[in-house]
Amino acid sequence: MTMQQASTQIAARTAAIIAEHQGLEGPLLPILHGIQDEFGFVPQDALPVIADALNISNAEVHGVVTFYHDYRRAPAGRHVVKLCRAEACQSMGGDALAAKLQALLGIGFHETSADGAVTLEPVYCLGLCACAPSAMVDGEVIGRLDAERIEEIAAEIRA
Amino acid sequence: MGLIHETDYGTPAAKSDKQVTLTIDGRSVTVPEGTSIMRAAMEIGTEIPKLCATDMLDSFGSCRVCLVEIDGRGGTPASCTTPVAEGISVRTQSDRLSAIRRGVMELYVSDHPLGWDANSGLGGSEFDAVVKSVGLTENRYGTDGRNHVAPGNGSLNIDYIARDTSNPYFAYDPAQCIVCSRCVRACEEVQGTFALTVEGRGFESRIAAGPTNFLESECVSCGACVQACPTDALREKSVLAMGMPTSSVVTTCAYCGVGCSFKAEMQGEELVRMVPWKDGKANRGHSCVKGRFAYGYSSHKDRILNPMVRDKITDPWREVTWDEAFAHITKEFRRIQYQYGKGAIGGITSSRCTNEETYLVQKLVRQGFGNNNVDTCARVCHSPTGYGLGQTYGTSAGTQDFDSVEATDVVMIIGANPTDGHPVFASRLKKRLRQGAKLIVLDPRRTDIVRSAHVEAQHHLPLKPGTNVAMLTALAHVIVTEGLFDEAFIRERCDWSEFEDWAAFVAEPQNSPEVVGALAGVEPEEIRGAARLYATGGNGAIYYGLGVTEHSQGSTTVMAIANLAMATGNIGRPGVGVNPLRGQNNVQGACDMGSFPHELPGYRHISGDAVRDIYESLWSTKLDNEPGLRIPNMLDAAVEGTFMGIYIQGEDILQSDPDTRHVSAGLAAMECVVVHDLFLNETANYAHVFLPGSTFLEKDGTFTNAERRINRVRKVMAPRNGLADWEVTQKLAQAMGLDWNYAHPSAIMDEIAKTTPSFQLVSYDYLDKMGSVQWPCNEKSPLGTPIMHIDGFVRGKGKFIRTEYVATDEKTGPRFPLLLTTGRILSQYNVGAQTRRTDNVVWHDEDRLEIHPHDAEQRGLRDGDWVRLASRAGETTLRSLITERVAPGVVYTTFHHPNTQANVITTDFSDWATNCPEYKVTAVQVTPSNGPSDWQVDYQDQARQSRRIARRLEAAE
Repeated sequence: MTMQQASTQIAARTAAIIAEHQGLEGPLLPILHGIQDEFGFVPQDALPVIADALNISNAEVHGVVTFYHDYRRAPAGRHVVKLCRAEACQSMGGDALAAKLQALLGIGFHETSADGAVTLEPVYCLGLCACAPSAMVDGEVIGRLDAERIEEIAAEIRA
Repeated sequence: MGLIHETDYGTPAAKSDKQVTLTIDGRSVTVPEGTSIMRAAMEIGTEIPKLCATDMLDSFGSCRVCLVEIDGRGGTPASCTTPVAEGISVRTQSDRLSAIRRGVMELYVSDHPLGWDANSGLGGSEFDAVVKSVGLTENRYGTDGRNHVAPGNGSLNIDYIARDTSNPYFAYDPAQCIVCSRCVRACEEVQGTFALTVEGRGFESRIAAGPTNFLESECVSCGACVQACPTDALREKSVLAMGMPTSSVVTTCAYCGVGCSFKAEMQGEELVRMVPWKDGKANRGHSCVKGRFAYGYSSHKDRILNPMVRDKITDPWREVTWDEAFAHITKEFRRIQYQYGKGAIGGITSSRCTNEETYLVQKLVRQGFGNNNVDTCARVCHSPTGYGLGQTYGTSAGTQDFDSVEATDVVMIIGANPTDGHPVFASRLKKRLRQGAKLIVLDPRRTDIVRSAHVEAQHHLPLKPGTNVAMLTALAHVIVTEGLFDEAFIRERCDWSEFEDWAAFVAEPQNSPEVVGALAGVEPEEIRGAARLYATGGNGAIYYGLGVTEHSQGSTTVMAIANLAMATGNIGRPGVGVNPLRGQNNVQGACDMGSFPHELPGYRHISGDAVRDIYESLWSTKLDNEPGLRIPNMLDAAVEGTFMGIYIQGEDILQSDPDTRHVSAGLAAMECVVVHDLFLNETANYAHVFLPGSTFLEKDGTFTNAERRINRVRKVMAPRNGLADWEVTQKLAQAMGLDWNYAHPSAIMDEIAKTTPSFQLVSYDYLDKMGSVQWPCNEKSPLGTPIMHIDGFVRGKGKFIRTEYVATDEKTGPRFPLLLTTGRILSQYNVGAQTRRTDNVVWHDEDRLEIHPHDAEQRGLRDGDWVRLASRAGETTLRSLITERVAPGVVYTTFHHPNTQANVITTDFSDWATNCPEYKVTAVQVTPSNGPSDWQVDYQDQARQSRRIARRLEAAE
């Protein structure tokens, strides 16, 4: 019963978000962003509602959602840490920082800690190569990372 | 008889009047502007290696194998996406190109299964051919790295996905896939379903049928993706089981009236697969789930292969020889005629059989039985089309070819559900709609064409069943009163005073959208909008189906459609016209061949002395100049005791004709019912003689499709029952003492051509040469007639006919408050005798009653509940399907399954002109139920009893 309620609720809230963006040219991405903002992820139950509203197929929506890694299939932790794994950051010691951060948080990339505190994700370039290595914590970019800064980040998250 | 190899030009043909000349590898070639370099090269026989390109799809440029060099331009552009230009010089071969192509292919091969077996591949794919053609001999990368191929050597390979075998007809093996997107594009561009996508990105990219497997996805199993796949990733299961075919024969599908051309691909006498033929002018290389895959019925265990006889229908069947069967029929038919009169026997021709075979049955009736008691199943579907279009335009057929849709700006669909009933035409239509053509749909149900991915009707008029004539007259009212008619066309092509009379009639206030809208339950503004769009939107074409004809005013509706097209000048050029979507493969042909009791072949009335003379002198018989009995009249006469014997070729009247109880009473009253069919169908429960039939794969002949196209049917295997259907009829005629000696169906066609002006030039040689022709095909139009009435109507002036709306006598009331209408579903065909005996049942294994949530709630029904469906004629039970596709007050069901017996419910009301039954309107009540009705129980019991076959006893040891 609760499951069913949840899915009808998702459909209703999805419909409201769609209505907000449907007039745009190319409304699918803004709608998906709106849904992720609303639910913290893109629920599977929202996809047929979007497909029907935009008169496209379920497969097309699925293709777009899976193409963009930023659209989550499941809710993220309370904090999201994205560590840059691209070439410039690697050349400035990114590998070691990655290992350290994973150890400190106790999770690997693409994982969320069991207490739901944090999700760790790799990212391929934040445009901060000049300040490599870099990361993004809850939407805020941080440059010139080193071991000390990594420990601070982990501590803040665990606080 | 080898494998037919179709040339793949790589990209579609360009449509341009301007010609461009260029040089390819030193050879000059001239092609229309906009042609790709790849296609231009293929035109002169130079095949550029390719993976992601095929001429069924727009170019894409992803595989990077088809690169070429162009003098004076840098780099190596892809030949599929680079259009030709005047004077350029292209090289398709050089050391640099070879190195690049080999390099690209080496990368593909490094992530592709090696070795050829059932689990990897067949070695016969386009991919395999390109590997060879670029001369790749080594793979320096090895196959050990991250890959999609291996299930993991002891460890988990996250990139490996197991084969998806959920679809009954084809398998998807992601390990074989190179993500060229041909399948995705085929699903979008050719089929128009958009069921496939590329999931993920980068190395994780894969083809996926959305978030689920193929069977549970939006996929309609048309096979376009399988046909498009250049690897073994998407492959027919029959090919995986049997290996590649070794020979092919072009033939015509025996399902719906679209008449798709297929290659029957064989290994010896075994059918491996059916592949749509690109040169087929009806389907242009596309197919649907029925024609492509649902041929398994031809070898189904239920098929009867020996003739059978019994004295009473309560006896078990007794297998006999052909000669015994023919002797029995002859004896019985002669006895009946002696006892009850010459007119006491008759025949029914089949719209499933070939032109030649239907011609023989009507000839047998006219020459051998000496009467005109011949009718056909078109009686119950498109007889009003023949009558209505004959009266208004002068020919009993559609006006266009299917290519015409490519030039249409406004499509009006009336009472047809093309995505289910005529799927290949629907795909061509949807393609045109995606290019911007507008759509108007008149249908009580919200069918898929009203709204589905990338298609949306501008106007959907969900009219109440039975109000077609009023609605079409209301459209005419708007066109006339708002001055939207085409005066110049009408003055030139029609009789102006007749138009004025008609215009005065339609302009009367009771025909206004406001009055009719209230009656039919449609917003008047929608009616006005639809009329304005059709009249002013450019080329307007009307496509209609059985929702038009199967009404008490079916013929009137056809005339109303004809009026609309004439009034707006939408006749006589590409992109316009009036197009009946015919139900069965050869229903057009069966009508053409003189299957009606009042008409000789070519729609010539039996009372015409000149026409009768032609046949009387050829057949050396005196023909009866009075029309014979129609199917319903035969049944009435049987109940009265004056019609006692019938030869039914390939039609299941018990299941398909209305008011089943009346049909069964009629059949039960007869003394000799001969059923000639593949299976012991429902009608055969009342038969005394069963003659086994042959499938379309087992005989030569022709089918005529909805666009009047005469297509060849070619024999690919010997009849499993021993005789092709035309031979059965011929031997029966010979047993009855007629001097028939056709050595081959071509001789029958020669006789048809000799006696029928519209078929004058048709012969098998001519059809082999032309591929196909559309009648009339005679000295005046030797190439056939794709579009009719170009410079004038066949009857002279087009005739406007007043279309007074007379409501059907079948009315709702307190006891029967809902209106039932009936239809089809994609995966099943007609009474289901064929498709129910294939894996198509995975999509539709029972008939369901569609009911609006509002009506369901009032009755306390939940989705899937058993319901009792009752009308004034009878009752049955089936399970409910709650959906908003139907309007409140309307319920809908299909009639594919004999256990449902939907026609127990339908009444014997029929079209005033042609007796076409009113299947589409029945007043019913729906109530909860907990099991089958008494009728269903009795019927099943009777059917089981009636199907017993006494096996010949083996000699005891």
